[in-house]
Amino acid sequence: MNIYTRRKVVNVFNLGASVCTTLFGLFFLFWLLWVLFAQGFTHLNWDLFTLDMPGPGAEAGGLRNAIVGSLMLTAVGVLIGAPLGVLAGIYLAEFGRYAWISHPVRFINDVLLSAPSIVIGVFVYEVMVVPMGNFSGWSGGVALAIIVIPVVVRTTEDMMRLVPDTLREAAAALGAPQWRVVTSVVLRAALSGVMTGILLAIARIAGETAPLLFTALNNQFFTLNMDKPMANLPVTIFNFAMGPYDNWHDLAWAGSLLITLTVLTLNILTRIFLRPKQ
Amino acid sequence: MNAESPIVTADTPGNSQKRSLGDRLFGGLTWFSAVAVLLVLGAIILMLFMGARPAFEKYGFWGFITSAQWNPVTEMFGALSPIVGTLVSSLIAILIGVPVSFGIALFITELAPPWLKRPVGTAIELLAAIPSIIYGMWGLFVFAPFFADYIQPILTDTLGELPLIGPLFQGPPLGISVFTAGIILAVMIIPFIASVMRDVFETVPAELRESAFGVGSTTWEVVWNVVLPLTRVGVVGGIMLGLGRALGETMAVTFVIGNAHKLHWALFEPGNSIASTIANEFTEADGEVYTAALIGLGLILFIITFIVLALAKLMLLHMSRQAGRQT
Repeated sequence: MNIYTRRKVVNVFNLGASVCTTLFGLFFLFWLLWVLFAQGFTHLNWDLFTLDMPGPGAEAGGLRNAIVGSLMLTAVGVLIGAPLGVLAGIYLAEFGRYAWISHPVRFINDVLLSAPSIVIGVFVYEVMVVPMGNFSGWSGGVALAIIVIPVVVRTTEDMMRLVPDTLREAAAALGAPQWRVVTSVVLRAALSGVMTGILLAIARIAGETAPLLFTALNNQFFTLNMDKPMANLPVTIFNFAMGPYDNWHDLAWAGSLLITLTVLTLNILTRIFLRPKQ
Repeated sequence: MNAESPIVTADTPGNSQKRSLGDRLFGGLTWFSAVAVLLVLGAIILMLFMGARPAFEKYGFWGFITSAQWNPVTEMFGALSPIVGTLVSSLIAILIGVPVSFGIALFITELAPPWLKRPVGTAIELLAAIPSIIYGMWGLFVFAPFFADYIQPILTDTLGELPLIGPLFQGPPLGISVFTAGIILAVMIIPFIASVMRDVFETVPAELRESAFGVGSTTWEVVWNVVLPLTRVGVVGGIMLGLGRALGETMAVTFVIGNAHKLHWALFEPGNSIASTIANEFTEADGEVYTAALIGLGLILFIITFIVLALAKLMLLHMSRQAGRQT
């Protein structure tokens, strides 16, 4: 084989392999989604939302308490994490753009973005569950908040940086103090981006299991009391999937489908928000 | 940094008196929030260290990480088996995930027609959005049985017969193993590595690509000899980012790794990882030393991932500075 043929063969072979790897990646996405729909869709019914978890061996049951618990934990996580994250993002983009402390904050924030979530669970267990003496919804919410913060900080800073400086200068020239410039001009201009960051953070924590395992724990019963262990979807899926009963497995699949649909919808929504305007 | 920016910063010396009360209050509030990010990291390390102290005192740090014993009854705890399981499963994930991610990035940047780039890129990124517990359930109920029935026998009959590496590909036909965990981790980190690779590939100036095509290079030669050498640092950064993700992944691994505190050469044997050990045993741990040993595992995991992710971040920073110079 002469060198020209060999180069062509190598080229075609490697590019063919590239197409195969892409199909390999897409194949897993469709495999996962197909399994979720095949296993979970038939169990998505009214009972799922109106009945509480079945005990061991019980027949009928749904996931009402877990769904409500998950919504509450997510709400607490976002209500604590998002304001802190937005404020820190504002500091990095506006007040402290060139401050020395912003460099370590950006660096550490990016590392925390990918930090193992189970470790955050252990941390919150030590600082909240041990002193309070029991597992609680609050500690689960705080653990989720720690995951929310880095996501929101990062997107807030990026989005506020996109606002042109001329806008800030125009506002400052009218005599507005910096806090007015930031809140009434920059933040308003970047609002859809900042909201997107918060949506992304919700998508991120909606399926988080590891940080809830030893903070919110789980609860077989319906409760709105955040001082007590709280039912939530991810941990319920974990327990039911590992459990011995068929109806538990069915509920675990239905819960998985529910979470995945939520997360994928949020992700696609954020993409539509952030789509570059043509 | 753009030097022409006229924005007066809160830390400009001698400026604090002139600033309005609103600025000082609001600026101070944002400063406090930014510092809180640093405090959270400091608090995590401090609390993990304090929580792990009883275990470190009893066994010594080296004694703790070099012992493969794990027996709650006799209170003998050593971290070697979870550490090895974490490293091995992540290594398998990297070995499978990196070539696949490279292929995907190559497809999106060089091969795909423009109308296909965005949908394929989005679909691959959605793989990263699926929560890890879903990967876990799918792994346990669908992938592990499939792997045990179809893939594992083939691997055992072919690679398992080879000298030296043969013993690695042995084990019971359960599908619950370190190897299965590695494969699922690979699927989970592919979107992260592929998207970093795609981004850094796109920083290569079009002139360089075009001149390579101009002298008659094939697409593969352009990628392998021009694009890849230029983006080497960024590509390694992306791989490290994926590695950091794989090391700390909990739920997907917990479902399929088998949770056996044993060291094996065979990759098809059940094993455990740091994260899966903590997830399984933390709420059941009774006794100060047991809990401390698990927190010690958490500390080790946190330090390993911190170093890996910090290196990844430094490499990507270097890459973006390089890209800034070229343009």
